[in-house]
Amino acid sequence: MSTLKDKLEAGEFAITCEAGPPKGVDLENELKEAEEIAGLIDAFNVTDLQSSAMRMSSVAMCRLLEERGLETVYQMTCRDRNRLALQSSLLGAWALGMENVLALTGDYTTLGDHPDAMPVFDLDSIQLLETIERLNGGEDLVGNELKGSPQFFPGAAANPGADPLKPQILKSRMKADHGARFFQTQAVYDSDVFAKFMEELRDAGVETPVMVGILPLKSAGMARFMDANIAGVVIPDEVIKELTDASDTVQKSLEICSRVINETADLCEGVHLMPMGWEEYVPDILDGTDL
Amino acid sequence: MILSEPKPWEEIEGYLEGDDSVFLLGCDGCDAATGDGGAERVGELSGKLDEGGWNVTGTKVIEFLCNKALAGMKLARISDLIEESDSLLVSCCGIGVQAVSKLVDKQVHPANDTVSMGDFHGTWPSEETCKRCGECLLEYTGGICPLTMCVKGLLNGACGGSYEGKCEVEPDRPCGWELIYERLKDVGRLDLIEEYNPPKARQKYQFGVPMENRNSLYWAIEAEEGE
Ligand code: SF4
Ligand code: SF4
Repeated sequence: MSTLKDKLEAGEFAITCEAGPPKGVDLENELKEAEEIAGLIDAFNVTDLQSSAMRMSSVAMCRLLEERGLETVYQMTCRDRNRLALQSSLLGAWALGMENVLALTGDYTTLGDHPDAMPVFDLDSIQLLETIERLNGGEDLVGNELKGSPQFFPGAAANPGADPLKPQILKSRMKADHGARFFQTQAVYDSDVFAKFMEELRDAGVETPVMVGILPLKSAGMARFMDANIAGVVIPDEVIKELTDASDTVQKSLEICSRVINETADLCEGVHLMPMGWEEYVPDILDGTDL
Repeated sequence: MILSEPKPWEEIEGYLEGDDSVFLLGCDGCDAATGDGGAERVGELSGKLDEGGWNVTGTKVIEFLCNKALAGMKLARISDLIEESDSLLVSCCGIGVQAVSKLVDKQVHPANDTVSMGDFHGTWPSEETCKRCGECLLEYTGGICPLTMCVKGLLNGACGGSYEGKCEVEPDRPCGWELIYERLKDVGRLDLIEEYNPPKARQKYQFGVPMENRNSLYWAIEAEEGE
């Protein structure tokens, strides 16, 4: 039973939080951190070799979280597996108890720590969503019947800060048309940008629930870097200035996160936290909001 | 020698829905040799267009459409005919279709599927332009190949890494899907961007070029001589 699905479908505000598997087999920290904030979070998104860096598989960590009673969102990219392996991993994930899947294209191999790896991209994110829909319907990609079919709750990524915005809206609509039942967005720092995205998305007829992406900025330097280098991340100058002038950067950073949540919560259906090592501050971020 | 196969007529007919007048362009380079682009095929396509009620504004067969500079000069002489057409139907390899698409501000429909680079290349050969995928998608992508212009070879729009028109992989490389979006917008066919392109039939290319298409010099000399 997916709480995430139940909440989003009932129109209740949902909260997800990213959890990255370790590079190695020692999961102690990752599991402890997740368990500590579990009461605040509806589901943990377990990343799939994020930024193309080699790590433990998403499905393994999902299972370990599920065993501890924590719901997960199994993130899946198209970078490392062809259509055979993707479908087979999905069936395995369902058998191990995962119900929520986030279908992603994936970063390119050369951006990670194994730049010489073979990039696969046999499918793209839309085709992966379509694949999940087929499996849910009881058949594989070529129409062979399955012996027992999954009932995944599939989601997709969206980028409110994309410039130009129109292609992003069209792509999001395509994702919804091919089975995405929720969106988790890239990090948002400017609620006006987010409001514009939501308005255009709804105008395009896409009613799919959207969870606003929140990622704490650890320093003014990180903010400047992300603003300049990360696709679709727009960080207003005032926010960078706030961080530069702050005597307590951590406090300020958490305040900014809470503020963005407050400014966007009414426009969307949930929040997707990406603490990137700041899991311990998740309660502070949420405490600072009106949620 | 680049090898192409004619697309089924029903597929081409679908592309032309909504167009009244069509200019028909063929290639006399490799495609004449393989029978999928030259005068004969253009004649056949022209007949089918007539029968189907399309107004064929003109036909022309150019040698090596893949050579954009050369093709540009030849097309310039008939620019008025092209101007009054709703679209162009191009019987050539994927490289030639892309060259034409860069030269004219109209929707360019591909008439063939490119399946192999064969042996001796055309005058403007480039694996960088066409991956001979055997299921040409240029109809849906504004005459810009998503398999070569997008680093990930995505078939249904840009990934999240596209930033200010550039690809996430290299800062100076344009995002192929941004180019496709802009091009479709320019020719008034943004509706095509939401067409779902299903997973590719990979066995048609990469490691699985069908045997009957392996009539390259390499195949004849090195692979078949052993038999
Ligand atoms: S889609 Fe690209 S790779 Fe395939 S035939 Fe057309 S130009 Fe060549
Ligand atoms: S940024 Fe554009 S060209 Fe690069 S991989 Fe993504 S969609 Fe393809």
